[in-house]
Amino acid sequence: MEAVIAIGIGVLAGSGVWLILRPRTFQVIIGLSLLSYAVNLFIFGMGRLRSNAAPILDGVSAVTAYADPVPQSLVLTAIVIGFAMTALFLVVLLASRGLTGTDHVDGQER
Amino acid sequence: MPAAALPTLLLALPFVVALVTLFIPTAWARNTAAALAGSVALIGFAIVLWLYPAIAAGGTLRHELAWLPDLGLTIVLRLNGLSWMFAAMITGIGFLVVLYARYYLQPDEPVARFFSLFLGFMGAMLGIVLSGNLIQLVIFWELTSIFSFLLIGYWHTYASARDGARMALIVTGTGGLALFLAMLLIGHIVGSYDIDTVLASGEAIRNHQLYLPTLLLVLVGAFTKSAQFPFQFWLPRAMAAPTPVSAYLHSATMVKAGVYLLVLLSPVMSGTGPWVWIVTYTGLVTLLIGAYSAVFQRDLKGLLAYSTISHLGLITTLIGMSSPLALVAAVFHIANHATFKASLFMAAGIIDHETGTRDFRKLSGLFRYMPFTGTLATVAAAAMAGVPLLNGFLSKEMFFAETALKNANPFVDVSLPFVAVLASLFAVTYSVRFIHDVFMGPPPTLLDRVPHEPPALMRRPIEILVLLCLLVGVVPGLTIGPYLETAVRSVLGADTPSYSLAVWHGFDVPLMMSAIALVGGIILYRLLHGYLARGVDSPPFIGHLVGPRIFERLLLLLSARLAPALERLLGTRRLQPQLALLVGLAIVAGAIPLLAGPIAPGLSLDGLDPVLALVWLLGSVCAVGAAIQAKYHRLMALILMGGAGLATVVTFAWYSAPDLALTQILVEVVTTILILLGLRWLPNRLENVPIDVATSRGARLRRARDFVMAGVAGAGMAFFAYAMMTSDAPQSISRFFLKNAYVLGGGHNVVNVILVDFRGFDTLGEITVLGIVALTTFALLRRFRPAADSIDRPEQQRIQSQYEAARTDEEGSIVSDFLRVPAVIMRWMFPVIIVLSIYLFLRGHDLPGGGFIAGITLSTGFILQYLAGGTRWVEDRLRIRPTLWIGSGLLVALLTGAAALLFDHPFLTSSFQYLDLPMFGRVPLASALAFDFGVFVLVVGATVLILVALAHQSIRNARPTARPAAGASGEVR
Repeated sequence: MEAVIAIGIGVLAGSGVWLILRPRTFQVIIGLSLLSYAVNLFIFGMGRLRSNAAPILDGVSAVTAYADPVPQSLVLTAIVIGFAMTALFLVVLLASRGLTGTDHVDGQER
Repeated sequence: MPAAALPTLLLALPFVVALVTLFIPTAWARNTAAALAGSVALIGFAIVLWLYPAIAAGGTLRHELAWLPDLGLTIVLRLNGLSWMFAAMITGIGFLVVLYARYYLQPDEPVARFFSLFLGFMGAMLGIVLSGNLIQLVIFWELTSIFSFLLIGYWHTYASARDGARMALIVTGTGGLALFLAMLLIGHIVGSYDIDTVLASGEAIRNHQLYLPTLLLVLVGAFTKSAQFPFQFWLPRAMAAPTPVSAYLHSATMVKAGVYLLVLLSPVMSGTGPWVWIVTYTGLVTLLIGAYSAVFQRDLKGLLAYSTISHLGLITTLIGMSSPLALVAAVFHIANHATFKASLFMAAGIIDHETGTRDFRKLSGLFRYMPFTGTLATVAAAAMAGVPLLNGFLSKEMFFAETALKNANPFVDVSLPFVAVLASLFAVTYSVRFIHDVFMGPPPTLLDRVPHEPPALMRRPIEILVLLCLLVGVVPGLTIGPYLETAVRSVLGADTPSYSLAVWHGFDVPLMMSAIALVGGIILYRLLHGYLARGVDSPPFIGHLVGPRIFERLLLLLSARLAPALERLLGTRRLQPQLALLVGLAIVAGAIPLLAGPIAPGLSLDGLDPVLALVWLLGSVCAVGAAIQAKYHRLMALILMGGAGLATVVTFAWYSAPDLALTQILVEVVTTILILLGLRWLPNRLENVPIDVATSRGARLRRARDFVMAGVAGAGMAFFAYAMMTSDAPQSISRFFLKNAYVLGGGHNVVNVILVDFRGFDTLGEITVLGIVALTTFALLRRFRPAADSIDRPEQQRIQSQYEAARTDEEGSIVSDFLRVPAVIMRWMFPVIIVLSIYLFLRGHDLPGGGFIAGITLSTGFILQYLAGGTRWVEDRLRIRPTLWIGSGLLVALLTGAAALLFDHPFLTSSFQYLDLPMFGRVPLASALAFDFGVFVLVVGATVLILVALAHQSIRNARPTARPAAGASGEVR
C-alpha cells in the first residue's frame, strides 16, 4: 500500500511544483496548497503507515501498539500554519492585483 | 583610586560625556558643551600625567576586563611609554582644540553635536593607543574612521563636506578592514591577540610563510590612515571639516594612528627586506609628492594638508629604515609635527574666521591687522620649515643624519639624502609662502571686512603650542628628553640607542643639508613668486594625476557599473526564476544521498487496499486536473484541489491519525471559502486569445523545462517517500511520549498532549504566528482595495433587476428570499455547531479534538451565518470582535504558562489532578486544558478575522456610493 501513497505524494508534489513555476498568482496559490499536501503526507509517512492504531491511550496496550504521535503533531500544526500562509498569500495576491492591475507574480506582464 | 582603574576612567570618560553632551540644547551648548568637553580633556590629561611615574619606571600598566572569555578575548588596557606619549598628545592637544573650537564655532550651529562627536573621537583615539588587544585596537581604529567621517561632514549642507567625509570614510574604512584581516592573521600566527604576547613573537611572525600578506595588509591599514601614497588623496579633501577638526584629527591625532601602529609593530615586523623597501620608499614618495604639491596650493588649509602628508611621509620613511636611531627620530618628529601643525591649522582657522577666506590670492599684508597671530604663525611655520632653535629643526636634523648614512645599495645611498633635501627645500618654500603671502606685502584689497585679532582665549592654544615648539627647540633635553626616552625605550627595550638631543652638533653633513634646504627653499620661493601669484591650484607635471578623480572613477565603476552588472548576472526580481532555482537546488540536494550508493527499495504491493487505491486514483486525477485547470478555470481548479485534499484526509483517517483528518477537513473547508471569496477580483483569462509568436517559443521552452522539473521533483518525492515508508522505523522519542502522555500529561490523546504539554512552547509560537498573520491580512485589507469585479452580474440577475426597475420595486426585493430554507437551516445550525465545538474542545485531551480543531469548527459556524444572511444581516445582530479573541487567546495561553512560574516551575509546566464533581464523578483537570483554551480562542479569532476581513471587501465594492471618501480608511471588522 505504501507504493500507492508514495505515488500519490509524487503526483501531488509534481502538480504543485509545476504550478508554483507558473506566472499567475492563482496558479501559485493552488500549487502551494498541493505541495503542502504532499509535504504533510511525507512527514506523516515518517511515522510509517499503520491502520487501527491511533495514538489514543487505552491504558492496556503496549507502547508499540500505537502509531507514532510525533509526526502527527508536527503535521497538525503544519496544516494550521499552511492555512495561515494561504490566507496571507491570497490577501497579498489580491492587493497586488488591485494595485498593479495584473495577476502576474511579478506585478507586471512580461 | 587604584592605579589600574585610572586607564579605564581615562578611556570611559570621553564616551560617557559624549553621550551626555549630545542632549544639551543648542541654546546653552556653546559654553556648556565646550566646558564639559574641555574638562574631560583636562581630566584625561591630568590622569595621563599622574600615571607618568609608573610608566617612567619602565613599567607597562595592564588592566584586563573580561569581554568574550569563551573566544579568548579580554579587553586589555595597556599603557607603556609610547602609548603614554600619544595619550598625552590626545588629551593635551584635545584640550587646546576644545578651547579654540569654543570661539571658532558660531553660537547658532549644532555645537552640542560637534563636541559630542569630538569627545567620541577622543575616546576612540585613546582606545587605539590604550588597546592591549589587537581586535580591540581594530574596533577603536574603525571608530576613529566613523567619528572622523561625522566630524568632516559636520557642515553637512555643503557638498564638499559630504564628499570629503565619504571619501575619508571609504579610504580609511577599507584600510581598517585590511587591518582587521592582518590582525586575524597575526592572531593565527601567534595564537593570541594580546599585544604583549605578539610583541614577544617577532621571530615567529617574520619567519612565517604568511608574513608577507600580513605585512601588506598591515601597511594598507596604516598607509590609508596616515595618508601615505597612493592613498594620500583623501586628506586634502577632508579639509572641508571645521578647522578645529583639521587641527586635531588631521594633523595631531588620527593620521598619527597609522604611524603609531607602524611603530608599535616595528619590533616584530620591521627589518625584513619587504618592510625596509616598501615602508621607506612609500614614505619617501609621499614626502616628496606632499611637499611638492603643498607649494602649489591656493588654499591655506590645502597647503597645510599636503604639508601634513609630506611630514607623515617623513615619519614613515624613518620607520621604514628600521634602525633604532631612525625610530627615535620618528617618534620625536611625531610629537614635534603635532605641536607645530596643530598651531598652524589654528592660525589658518583664525585667518579664515577673521577675513572670511582661505584663498592666497585674496590674502595679503595681514600682519598689520593681527600682529600676535602673525608672529605665532611665523614661529610655527619656521618650525615646520626646520629653522634652528625650533623643534622641527631637531627631528629634521636627525632625519638628515639617518638618510646621509652610507648605504651598501647605491640606489638607496643616493636617493635617500637627495629626496630628503629636495623635499625639505619644498617645505621651506611652502612655509615661506604661508607667511609671506598672508602676512607680508600690501594690505588686502579683496576682503569684504577689516580683519582684527581674535579673542585672546582663541589665541591662547596657539601660544601654548608655539611656546612648546620654542622650548623643545631650545632646551630639548630638559623638556621632551625624558618623555621621548621613555617612549622609545618602551618600543626598543634593550636596543635603545644612545642619542643626543643637543641643538648644536658642529658643522656636519645634516647641518649642510639643512642649510641647502633653507637657502634653496627661499630662492625657489623667489623664483616661483610670480607664478604662484597667478593663482595656480594644482602642482605642475603631476597635477593631472589627481587622486580624487581616480578614486571617484573607481567608485563609479564599482557602484554604477559592476554592481548592476553583477546583479543582472546573478540576481533577479522575478519570482519564477527564483522558484525554479529553489526547486532545482532542492532536486540536487535530494539527489546527493544517491551518490553514496543506489537506494533500491523492494517494490511490493502487499496489503493493497482497493478502496484506498481508488481514493488515490481520484486524488491524483484531481491534483493533475487542478494543475491543468488553474490557468483558465479557477473555480474548477479549486474544486479539484479540494478533491486532492479529501484524498489526504482519507489517508490520515485510514492510517490512525484522526486528529489530522479532522483538522485537515476543517481547514479544507475554510480554505475553500477563503479562496472563493477572492476569486471575483482576479482578471478574466480567455483561452482563445492569440499568443504572440515571438514569445511563444521561449514560453514553450520554459514550459518544457518546468514540466521536466515537476516530473523529476514528483518522481523524487515518490521515490523517497516509498523508500522511507518501507524501511524499518528507527527508535524515536515517540516512545517517551506514548509512555508518559498519561503519567505526566494526564491525557490519553497523545497528539494533543504533545501539542499542549510536552511541546507547548512550540504551540505557543505557532498560535502567535497565526495571530500575526491574521492581523497582517486585516491590516493589508484596510489599506488596499481589490481590483474591480472581473465579471458582470449574471444575466439572470440583470434581467431580474430590469424587471424590478420597471415595476419600481427596490432592486433585489422580489428574489431576496431565494435561499430562505437553507438559510434557516444554517441559522439553526449555529448553536449546534457551538456545542459541537465545545464538545470537540473538551474531549481533546483524551479523544480526537482539541483547541485547533474546535477553534476552526466554531469559526465555520460564524462563516455559515455570513453565508446565510449576508454580511450586513450578521453584523446587525452579532458583534464579533476577532481581534479581541486573538488577544485574549494569546493572553490566556501566556498566563497559563506563566502560572507555572508561581510554583517555581519552568514556563509552561503543566499540572493535573482529579477533581470530584457531584454528579460527574472523578474528572481529570489539567492546566494544559487552560492552555488549549487559549489556542481555541485564538484560532477562532484568527480564522474569523481573515475570512470576515475578506468578505467585507465585497460590500465595499458592491455599493460604491456607500464607500467613504478616497483616502479615508474604511473600518473593516
